[in-house]
Amino acid sequence: MNVRLTRLLLALSALSISATANAEQSLQLNLTRGVTDISNKVYDLHMLVFYICLAIGVIVFGAMFWSILRHRKSRGVKPATFHDNVKVEIAWTIIPFLILFAMAVPATITLIKMDDTSDSDVSVLVTGSQWRWHYSYLDYDVEFQSIMATPREQIYGRLPQTENYLLEVDRPLVIPTGKKVRFLITSDDVIHSWWVPAFAVKKDANPGYINEAWTRVDEPGIYRGQCAELCGRDHAFMPVVVIAKEPAEFEAWIRGEEERLRTAREEEQRLLSMQMSMDELMELGQQVYMAQCAACHQPNGQGIPGVFPGLAGVGVSVGDQQAHIDVVVNGARGTAMQAYRNTLSMRELAAVITYERNAWGNNTGDMVQAADIHHFIQGNQ
Amino acid sequence: MSTIVTDTHSAHDAHDHHDHHPKGIKRWLFTTNHKDIGTMYLWFSLIMFFVGGSMALMIRAELFQPGMQIVDPHFFNQMTTMHGVIMVFGAVMPAFVGLANWMIPMMIGAPDMALPRMNNWSFWILPFAFLIMLSSFFMPGGAPAFGWTFYAPLSTTYSTDSTALFVFSMHIMGMSSIMGAINVIVTIMNMRAPGMSYMKMPLFVWTWFITAFLLIAVMPVLAGVVTMVLTDKYFGTAFFDAAGGGDPVLFQHLFWFFGHPEVYIMILPSFGIVSAIIPAFARKPLFGYASMVYATAAIAGLSFLVWAHHMFTTGMPTFASLFFMYMTMLIAVPTGVKVFNWVSTMWRGAMTFETPMLFSLAFVVLFTIGGFSGIMLAITPVDYQYHDTYFVVAHFHYVLVSGAVFSIMAAAYYWLPKWSGVMYDTFLSKLHFWCSLISVNILFFPMHFVGLAGMPRRIPDYALQFADINAIVSVGGFLFGFSQLIFLAVCIKCALKKGEPAPAKPWEGAEGLEWTVPSPAPYHTFDVPPVIK
Repeated sequence: MNVRLTRLLLALSALSISATANAEQSLQLNLTRGVTDISNKVYDLHMLVFYICLAIGVIVFGAMFWSILRHRKSRGVKPATFHDNVKVEIAWTIIPFLILFAMAVPATITLIKMDDTSDSDVSVLVTGSQWRWHYSYLDYDVEFQSIMATPREQIYGRLPQTENYLLEVDRPLVIPTGKKVRFLITSDDVIHSWWVPAFAVKKDANPGYINEAWTRVDEPGIYRGQCAELCGRDHAFMPVVVIAKEPAEFEAWIRGEEERLRTAREEEQRLLSMQMSMDELMELGQQVYMAQCAACHQPNGQGIPGVFPGLAGVGVSVGDQQAHIDVVVNGARGTAMQAYRNTLSMRELAAVITYERNAWGNNTGDMVQAADIHHFIQGNQ
Repeated sequence: MSTIVTDTHSAHDAHDHHDHHPKGIKRWLFTTNHKDIGTMYLWFSLIMFFVGGSMALMIRAELFQPGMQIVDPHFFNQMTTMHGVIMVFGAVMPAFVGLANWMIPMMIGAPDMALPRMNNWSFWILPFAFLIMLSSFFMPGGAPAFGWTFYAPLSTTYSTDSTALFVFSMHIMGMSSIMGAINVIVTIMNMRAPGMSYMKMPLFVWTWFITAFLLIAVMPVLAGVVTMVLTDKYFGTAFFDAAGGGDPVLFQHLFWFFGHPEVYIMILPSFGIVSAIIPAFARKPLFGYASMVYATAAIAGLSFLVWAHHMFTTGMPTFASLFFMYMTMLIAVPTGVKVFNWVSTMWRGAMTFETPMLFSLAFVVLFTIGGFSGIMLAITPVDYQYHDTYFVVAHFHYVLVSGAVFSIMAAAYYWLPKWSGVMYDTFLSKLHFWCSLISVNILFFPMHFVGLAGMPRRIPDYALQFADINAIVSVGGFLFGFSQLIFLAVCIKCALKKGEPAPAKPWEGAEGLEWTVPSPAPYHTFDVPPVIK
């Protein structure tokens, strides 16, 4: 608490002294300049409009405070009686109009540049879903999902918060520097908004529609952002992390990812014929459940009454096994339950279903193997 | 206030032969008197102000530190949603309708509102609308948690069943607003005293006249869009679902076609209030009366052409973004004219600084700051950075709290002597002003910084670099919240008739017909219309 108080006082003094004061960890008070040509233009535009407003404010409030100080009854002044002046009215209609025109010109030029997504070098399909981002490289055989890596223990105060609290993910998006990267942005469920302040890119992810945005990052580095559109319970826990790498490093990373995905798929085929033990299923299942399911159904399987159904002792997890597999694999239309067919491997699907059927006292004793999932999906087709 | 009006009434009973209204609770249930109904609107809005305010304090308590300490994220979303809905539809709008009820007939020399029975009904359905809305807290899954803007599909496929109650109560509020607006228009068009031409009406009447047209134009759009949400959720339509050929962005177009004029509905009457108070205490006529009227009309007209500036990030065509950017920037012109006119009214006046004037001066400065951030937000390429951050939260709280709410406070202090017959407690009122002025800026000014630094709005937990400013903001929030209890004390004192008796015209420079009747205003005023030279 003392540390907090000190920080609070520091922040207060920083605010009062100057807008550039540095508190403990460089307190940011202004818009980020960012690392792209566009983000710099946006920053300049922001400062231009800010200074114009500041100037108008100084004049208007200056006149007002002068009047408050000088034209007060206690000084014994006699009020004037003027109440109209057409020339003045025309002047203060036309002058603001001209100032606005001066702002509109650079704004228009920048906007047209921002909206021009043609001639891109790399395209990434960004799909939002409650509450994760899915990235798919259109020019390569690489796709993965990106989930917040901050553990719940930090959020609920059981562990100290670390440097990138809420702004860290398990698998960041990687893009090459010096290349025009186009983002195709969409959503699987509600509206999200993909935002990286350093690129001045913010675009809504609308379910069923695809939006476009682009960036060209010149400096390698790690850039962090967040979902910007209210998307339900865990809206705050949906960060965006982008790593910009030199093109050669990017190529190497892409090759590595392609290789990794290929091996994973081969492994999956091989594992179809293998039986996992109950302990293995439960262990993997718990990991998957905590990462993918606990946000809604809660770590204790109780759900949130009226919002997200519970799984402990009720519903599909103690009912028909095929129906349970169906809802996890294909999702439940018209609800927030999404399809995990393309998100999880068959092994993970089998494990998480087994976990749900046996955790929290469900104890059905049922074991689901990857082969069962495989059969189910084959049967569906 | 209630006691006073009752007392007034009994004092006048002897010579008010045509006035046989019931006593006690029945008086308030069945009243068709514009003053009674105005009083009920004002008390209702004050209650809702505290209900919505306590939700804001819950939000600020959770945001005092990073990490989740007090509420669940889902409950946090319910708080942000209900805080917005209650403050917009329960506090600010009914307060303005209450002021309209009390003041418009007295300002134009009319005996009452034109449609008194409808007036009664449009008030009395309101508490039920909010009871329905608030009862959703006790449903499984709690109250609506999709933000006051209820974007689909978060409010359709992904919402809880409280949506049905939300839609129903929105319909009732909309009906109430439409009836209130019709009443204002009919009263102003038909019941002005002889000689009161349109261009002689006080600006408060003018701004409300224009506001009423805005209400009639956009409330049906709100009714339409909430109905579409209801049918999408329960009856299998797909207005906002791409899988059925709909479009979630259509929702936003419809909502903001209502929502942007709605923003002006909440600020135009403020302009009228401040245009009454500043000349009164500057002892100098309002500068540019005609240009004020034209500027108000221009703002109202433009308000229908700017809605998509709330939606720059939804992926509109460049052409559309440019159109809405230019239109939004244009609004600065008539708004600027108003601010310049107020400053010119003060210029070379002989000002005194009673509480209504203090709130009005604070209004001019702080509303203008909100206007500046509005211009910044209008610039589409930069809006991509500001959109859905605390910068937006700072912007609209500057125009709504230190704008609309401050003007309502100013109006209350200005007219309380007329309503209650006693002067408000000067010391408490000044204490209220200074506490509010300081705390409102501790509360909302730092939000600009944290928004520019990149903190999204509507999040219950945030990254560590936002911690210090959020702590300051929360402190400001609690200071501001508790400062409003002083206002409550002032109102109760006036209602209990504790204070110096007020003369008919307590303000030296005040103009207008309302100051020609005694304080407190008799139960019936202007039975015989006054003649305006």
